[in-house]
Amino acid sequence: MKTRLTINGLKAVIEGKEILKGFDLEIKGGEIHAVMGPNGTGKSTLASALMGHPKYEVTSGNVTLNGEDLLEMDVDERARAGLFLAMQYPSEIAGVTNSDFLRSAVNARREEGDEISLIKFIRQMESQMKTLEMNPEFMHRYLNEGFSGGEKKRNEILQMMMLEPKIAILDEIDSGLDIDALRIVAEGVNALRHEDRGFLIITHYQRLLNYIKPDFVHVMMQGRIVKSGGPELAERLEAEGYEWVKAELGIEDETVGQD
Amino acid sequence: MSVNRTLLSVDKSSLIDFISTREEPEWILAERLQALELVEQLPYPKLEKTRLEQWDFGLLGSHVQPRRVSSLQELPAGAASHVVSENVIVGRNSGVAFIRLSDELEGKGVIFTDLDIAVRDHTDLVRPYYMRAIHANENIITALHATARTGGVFLYVPENVHIEVPLQALFVQDQADAIHMPHVLIVAEANSCVTFIENVISSLGSTGSYSTNGMLEVFVKPGAKVSIVSIHNVEASVIDTTYRRAVVEADGAIEWIIGELNEGNAVSDTTTLIQGTGASSDAKIICVGKGGQKLDLTTRAVHFGKHTDSDMLTKAVMTGQSTAIINGITKIEKGASGTNGQQTERVLMLSPEARGDANPILLIDEDDVKAGHAASVGQVNAEQLYYLMSRGINKEEAQRLIINGFLMPVIAEIPYEDVQDQIIQLVERKLGIKGGA
Ligand SMILES: Nc1ncnc2c1ncn2[C@@H]1O[C@H](COP(=O)(O)OP(=O)(O)OP(=O)(O)O)[C@@H](O)[C@H]1O
Ligand SMILES: [Mg+2]
Repeated sequence: MKTRLTINGLKAVIEGKEILKGFDLEIKGGEIHAVMGPNGTGKSTLASALMGHPKYEVTSGNVTLNGEDLLEMDVDERARAGLFLAMQYPSEIAGVTNSDFLRSAVNARREEGDEISLIKFIRQMESQMKTLEMNPEFMHRYLNEGFSGGEKKRNEILQMMMLEPKIAILDEIDSGLDIDALRIVAEGVNALRHEDRGFLIITHYQRLLNYIKPDFVHVMMQGRIVKSGGPELAERLEAEGYEWVKAELGIEDETVGQD
Repeated sequence: MSVNRTLLSVDKSSLIDFISTREEPEWILAERLQALELVEQLPYPKLEKTRLEQWDFGLLGSHVQPRRVSSLQELPAGAASHVVSENVIVGRNSGVAFIRLSDELEGKGVIFTDLDIAVRDHTDLVRPYYMRAIHANENIITALHATARTGGVFLYVPENVHIEVPLQALFVQDQADAIHMPHVLIVAEANSCVTFIENVISSLGSTGSYSTNGMLEVFVKPGAKVSIVSIHNVEASVIDTTYRRAVVEADGAIEWIIGELNEGNAVSDTTTLIQGTGASSDAKIICVGKGGQKLDLTTRAVHFGKHTDSDMLTKAVMTGQSTAIINGITKIEKGASGTNGQQTERVLMLSPEARGDANPILLIDEDDVKAGHAASVGQVNAEQLYYLMSRGINKEEAQRLIINGFLMPVIAEIPYEDVQDQIIQLVERKLGIKGGA
């Protein structure tokens, strides 16, 4: 079956405040969707709500991945169902090595008794790290601990490459990356492009989209999509900012509001 | 309820009989008799929020000498799996059941034998040290130990001898009415170097009340380096009281790695007396509390020498309704200038009913010193759990990773992979979590 993530009328609150106010989107395998929008308009909240972050409470709407109700699943079940989120601010976990962590994650997708052999795993991890031009020592470093901003982002992409999700959400994967790293990370993403895999790329900059050509570009304001278009929309936003969108739609405060 | 010392159920006349039948040098018999008088007079150790008077130590029992065996296979089931070293002594109940020391170490003058044998055959080497770091007159428990201890281990490392392989003592308690008082006495002469692993286990079953009253004394001579790994894992029916104490002379170093992994109530006191200039002490402790366990763990560094260093790190994971009082005491005596004493206690609470008190205490009588402490009590970080789970790892496994990560700063210090695995397995078994890949 071809991959399909369907989000319908999604509303979510955090600490009593509604942040997502009816978000609709469908992502099919092979498609790349870019979501742009000013700060504080709910982009990361969307990503967290989809992944199932315990702080975000979904109050209405529904989300299905290949027909399965995503919102009914625990965080780990969503991941095993094929969802992946490269986080804007990945956690640091001392004492857990990058390789032990990733091996647990790989094995979580396999049957008991069918765990990946250590040698095979190490070989795969080494080869993906090479693609991302990561120093092999990062294998044995503690998970994200003391990683620079850019190193954390690369590590998120490494995980995505190892876990081969059906739907990958990348939340500002370009922030903190130097120019070379941006190209390397984008190449990593492009290498994973597949007719069975959909991407949702949250970004502030056209720069990333030069490397990863999106099929659709959406503008998010006030906790929902207010405008959609093709790659040319991102180019216009880069050149002109958001004022014209707000004017066109009669929006004064683009954030999710203070109510 | 009247508080009486019969909780330890000491029968004086039978102890006098016991002493009178010992074929031992006069000095130790005299000390045993003196200590017996102290058993009648001395109080229990004073512990914060813990009243030892009310613990059921069971009957003291009698001296049960094990049969000496010539292979590890003849030991009680499960014991052999704890042995990780070529050079090993297995203590069983009130005596020693098995001794193995390589010809190579013997050739270098290393003595590694039953303490009862050493008291007789090497009395000049034993006498200046036995019960000289820990004293009979400290409290009822130390007095009782000095009165009734049999068996145990004597390790003597001659000057300049560096031992690359670890030496191990495994103490097994598997007979209900046996006195169990493991004692390890280590003398590391000047510029020597040794690693010693101690395991204390029991196989008595879940009913009844028993106790193990152990001591570990270490004398680190100038320039010597001693690493001690001490893992205690007795059953819930056994109360473990353990004193560990090192005396470190100039430029000597002691390293403690301690696994407090008992299933029952336990009191332990691990102290380094840092006597000589330039000496150092490093202590790392792992503790897991479970069920209704009550634990009182003290780690102490006392600085006498100038330019001495100490560091202590305790990591405790608390589950169920278990309680742990974790005391870290850094004491810097007048004259110990240029010293640096640091300590950290971290408690990870896995259950709302568990309790963990971290008490860092700095006692400083000298101006020209550095001292610091850090302590925290917290839960599994929800963001970290979410992050791991977002990669498909289930909650149980994610918690296992986080707990292992929490303990890793101690585990990673253990010099032998076998022992690292042993501790990880014990921790996971205690926490009831399935080991990962
Ligand atoms: N844990 C939280 N507690 C309180 N408010 C929150 C929390 N998380 C998000 N919010 C609020 O929700 C709103 C949307 O935040 P979100 O992180 O989704 O924005 P964003 O579009 O990703 O912004 P940016 O472009 O800056 O990353 C903001 O006003 C933010 O302060
Ligand atoms: Mg964001």
